[in-house]
Amino acid sequence: MNYRIFYIALCTFAIGCASLSAHAVAGDGVGILSERCASCHDMKGPAPTTLAALWQRKGPDLFYAGNKYRQAWVEAWLQNPKRIRPAGMFYISHIKPGEKRDMVDASTLSEHMKLNAADAKAVADALAEMKENSALLKAEKHDPSMAPGPLGEMMFDKFFGCMACHQIEPGFGGLSGPEVYTAGARLKPEFMLSYIRNPQAWDPKTWMPNKHVPDVSIQKMVNYMIELSKEDWDEAE
Amino acid sequence: MKPNSIVSFFLLIALLSLPLAAGAKELAKDNYKTYCIQCHGLQGTGMGLNIRDMSVQPRDHTDVKAMGTRNDAELFKVIKEGGFAISKSVLMPPWGDILTDDEINDLVIYLRDLCKCKYGG
Repeated sequence: MNYRIFYIALCTFAIGCASLSAHAVAGDGVGILSERCASCHDMKGPAPTTLAALWQRKGPDLFYAGNKYRQAWVEAWLQNPKRIRPAGMFYISHIKPGEKRDMVDASTLSEHMKLNAADAKAVADALAEMKENSALLKAEKHDPSMAPGPLGEMMFDKFFGCMACHQIEPGFGGLSGPEVYTAGARLKPEFMLSYIRNPQAWDPKTWMPNKHVPDVSIQKMVNYMIELSKEDWDEAE
Repeated sequence: MKPNSIVSFFLLIALLSLPLAAGAKELAKDNYKTYCIQCHGLQGTGMGLNIRDMSVQPRDHTDVKAMGTRNDAELFKVIKEGGFAISKSVLMPPWGDILTDDEINDLVIYLRDLCKCKYGG
């Protein structure tokens, strides 16, 4: 009889262990990414090369996250996620005709999951290791000394028309692209340089056009975004 | 298999794989949906999602009179090189790095269908 009880306990323990190994445990960043994030984010690449694939994308590609995001920002954001793309990942899936213009249909947008501090750190660590497209980043050299001055906003609004799709402050600018007033805190400077220089090198079908911005202007725009991101936008909102 | 047949065989394989390597051509309505609607609107009337703070409003593609003042070469140029290329707003960006010339020609035809017009009326 005792042997039978021991056998049942052993089996229960074995099943428990198998179950644990099949699920991500707290602090296992790679496991969390695989189990909880991969249904919306591409972890392997390459980026979509057809419109049909582009339209299916539910969240930003993460296979080059380590080259794109500032790690500290990722860790903080995952604990308190706030929408970055006012009209969702692909705007056409989240708009409806309005009286004066097309409007965001908020009922179609969903909130990003929130992680506890330990899991957020583990995921941020794991994402920092995902570094596709490193050659693109290595080709860039950020020059923080190229201050944009008052031209920064002019470049965004008037010279290159970036505000058509991006908000440069809450409530001002276009909605089909991600907000840029937090980009400087969110993104690595070399990534911003590279993406503005050639968006299609990162994402061949993206609806961000290559405006062939001269290098000097790209440097100034990136520094402008870094300056913008130092404002307390939570307070402003 | 004769040498000529072998060459022909490999040429055929190369030709068949070419469209995949270069990226398959997209339909004009799908390109319009992806790249144009954000400013020109779901109805093509210039009432897009992004227009609220624009200093220059996007063209209404259903406006027969306005669209009739542009010939097909101008429409092609403005799509490929942007508004600045025809002395119009920089808010209209160049799409030549995403769309092929063939796809832009299809978009010009699509625009003519939207406005139900041709150059000169």
